[in-house]
Amino acid sequence: MPVLKNDSSIIERKTGVAPGQGPEKGLITLPGETANESDDLGGGSYLTTKLDTMVNWARGNSLWPLPFGTACCAIEFMSMVSSAYDIARFGAEVVRFSPRQADLLIVAGTIVDKLAPVLKKIYDQMPEPKYVLAMGACATSGGFYRAYHVVQGIDEIIPVDIWVPGCPPTPDGLMYGILKLKEKIERGEIKRG
Amino acid sequence: MSTLTRFSAIPYTGPAPTNRNPYVPADVATIDARGAEIAARAGVALEQETGLDLPAFIVAKEAIVPTLRALRDHTEFQFDLPLDLFGVDYPGREQRFDVVYQLYSVKNNERIRLKVRVGETESVPTSVDVYRAFDWFEREVFDMYGVRFEGHPNLRRILTHEMFQGHALRKDYDPAQRWLLSEQGVAKLKPKIDPRFEVEHSDFERVTLNLGPSHPAMHGTLRCAVTLEGETIVGADQEIGYLHRCFEKMSETHTYQQVIPFTDRLNYCSAVINNVGYCMTVEKLLGVAAPERAQHVRLMLSEFYRIADHIVCIGTNLVDLGALTNFWYLFQPREEIIALAESCSGARLLPTYLRIGGLAVDVPADFLSNSQRIVNMLPKYIDEVEALVMKNRIFRDRTEGVGAITKEDALNFGFTGPCLRAAGVPFDVRKASPYLGYETYDWDVPYAEGGDTYARFLVRFEEMRQSIRILQQAIDRGLPSGPVIVDNPYVALPPKEKVYNEMESLIYHFKLIMHGIQPPVGEAYFQVEGGNGEVGFYIVSDGTKNPYRVRVRPPCFPIFEAYGHMIMGQTIPDAIATLGSLNIIAGELDH
Ligand code: SF4
Repeated sequence: MPVLKNDSSIIERKTGVAPGQGPEKGLITLPGETANESDDLGGGSYLTTKLDTMVNWARGNSLWPLPFGTACCAIEFMSMVSSAYDIARFGAEVVRFSPRQADLLIVAGTIVDKLAPVLKKIYDQMPEPKYVLAMGACATSGGFYRAYHVVQGIDEIIPVDIWVPGCPPTPDGLMYGILKLKEKIERGEIKRG
Repeated sequence: MSTLTRFSAIPYTGPAPTNRNPYVPADVATIDARGAEIAARAGVALEQETGLDLPAFIVAKEAIVPTLRALRDHTEFQFDLPLDLFGVDYPGREQRFDVVYQLYSVKNNERIRLKVRVGETESVPTSVDVYRAFDWFEREVFDMYGVRFEGHPNLRRILTHEMFQGHALRKDYDPAQRWLLSEQGVAKLKPKIDPRFEVEHSDFERVTLNLGPSHPAMHGTLRCAVTLEGETIVGADQEIGYLHRCFEKMSETHTYQQVIPFTDRLNYCSAVINNVGYCMTVEKLLGVAAPERAQHVRLMLSEFYRIADHIVCIGTNLVDLGALTNFWYLFQPREEIIALAESCSGARLLPTYLRIGGLAVDVPADFLSNSQRIVNMLPKYIDEVEALVMKNRIFRDRTEGVGAITKEDALNFGFTGPCLRAAGVPFDVRKASPYLGYETYDWDVPYAEGGDTYARFLVRFEEMRQSIRILQQAIDRGLPSGPVIVDNPYVALPPKEKVYNEMESLIYHFKLIMHGIQPPVGEAYFQVEGGNGEVGFYIVSDGTKNPYRVRVRPPCFPIFEAYGHMIMGQTIPDAIATLGSLNIIAGELDH
């Protein structure tokens, strides 16, 4: 696992260097690639960073979503995977319904109190690393259902990485959310487990 | 047990509504005469309630079961289709609850309403033996109001969860009072073994398998536990409520206009049809009618959304059967339909395009040409998918005779829509009680024999063709000119130019925003043909800006109730194929 030094370089990349301002190397921007970082070449941590980056890059480009679709948003999720929008262009088309085979939990739809234990269980069953995307107003905050049986945002139950607003979000909106998540993963910002 | 934030509806303190005269339906004399006729000849004592939109009767609670049986078996009236059963709470009254039964007679094409009054500590005899559909409906009334049904085989909560306290639709229940369910609190389902399979024949031990709610074929929110002997399903029990979003309680805390987006989210595959049903019920209460242009657009969008609904149903059902191509393929024309709605309202799936009294805005200039383009492209897609699957040996083996239900059972279970028509009853609300001018179009109601999954496919494919026929005629007639919303400042906002330039319009605008639409005191029921069957709204108004009670008749609810019965004696893959063909939409099922 990365030592403290790498972590700080990641933070620096996040706050200090605006995208496109840092030295461009190759197709992907790697967290370690900042100007002063090159002094570290040959240092003990270099390889770890690179490997980490490599892994993150791979992870970000091959998300396997588990659609936890309960309501209207799930229909828009279907639109996103089907022909007109085609999420396959971003490598996230391998929809898996088993939590054991997925790393991105897309919560698409209202979660009610009766379903909350199920969602928690599904999340617990997913192997690390795992990411959660809350799609739509309901999953984010309960939406306009401020009611006696509706969970007011899934972060009451599980941690969330990306929130996508909308009721329902358009397929483009959801796609944008997935791309944002991909960026986040590639920057190495999400570290769990 | 923890409680969360409390949020109460802001009580209405504004000036008295402008119209407190009770609502009197248009042809009340005919309705009352028919009611008197039924009361005289039914052979049971019925106390008639006059001045309503349906023949209505008050029945003593001890007499409800014999009354229902007499009405069902009456040779002349034959109320064989149980439509709905729900409660209404009037806390001020001595017997505070109304338990309302609505029945339909296929033979005579008429509806009636029966009301039973019960106090808080009293109970009603169960009518499960007369209409099997009422099993779940009674459980719902129990869950929502706490009314007990004596002799009910399984009276437990249905929509809310096991650790829920209180009865949510009572007027004194706080709309935001939540109760949390922990993993330990989840109750175990014990499927009831069908009497036909009580004796264990095989060498296998019986196992109980849980399907859902998170299961690819269970669409995220349905749950069914089945007991298997070998591969045969010998017991089944469905559990619902995993998407109970409190539609009815939310309606009571919002104004009439604000309820429209909630109706979109009932059957979210055909949102516009729900809008039509709700808006027309309120219009009925108000005694206004939308302008012709609005009605024409409502009809066209309803038919487009019906096609979209059937496409989602057929597409996902075929995915469940292992045929993925059709899903991708059919979503192309569906995407066009959604884009058409987007061009009208700005929103894709759930357009919330209707308003009480008309439409939100006028349609774009290219509405008709776009519609024509979609109508031209649709037949090709439908024909190709039909050719691909309907003659396919594998597909036929997997659907023919699978999940069959007889005509009598379908009626007794309260089926409507394509599932009832697939069982051989040609009942379609658009023909039986036409609205929006459906009677002026030339189209047929398809129905099939057999009631199996294959028949449901047949009916849905043909219905899409009939919708296309209606649409072509609607396009040929062209859009009537004129406004798209009524010119009535108590119902619709005045146009913006007037608001900015005339004092009076400004006041009307302000009043309508602040005090909302205030329909006269009364009750009304109105029904439309949704993607899954009869979508009905029953609204009680007390003359204020919030509906006193909104009841939606969800067509999926009785259909899913019969699911366990339909899959009995079959195998798990059959159960999956059957479920897809029923088109259970959780938003509507759990409302
Ligand atoms: S956010 Fe809107 S569209 Fe999505 S599930 Fe909730 S109500 Fe439906």
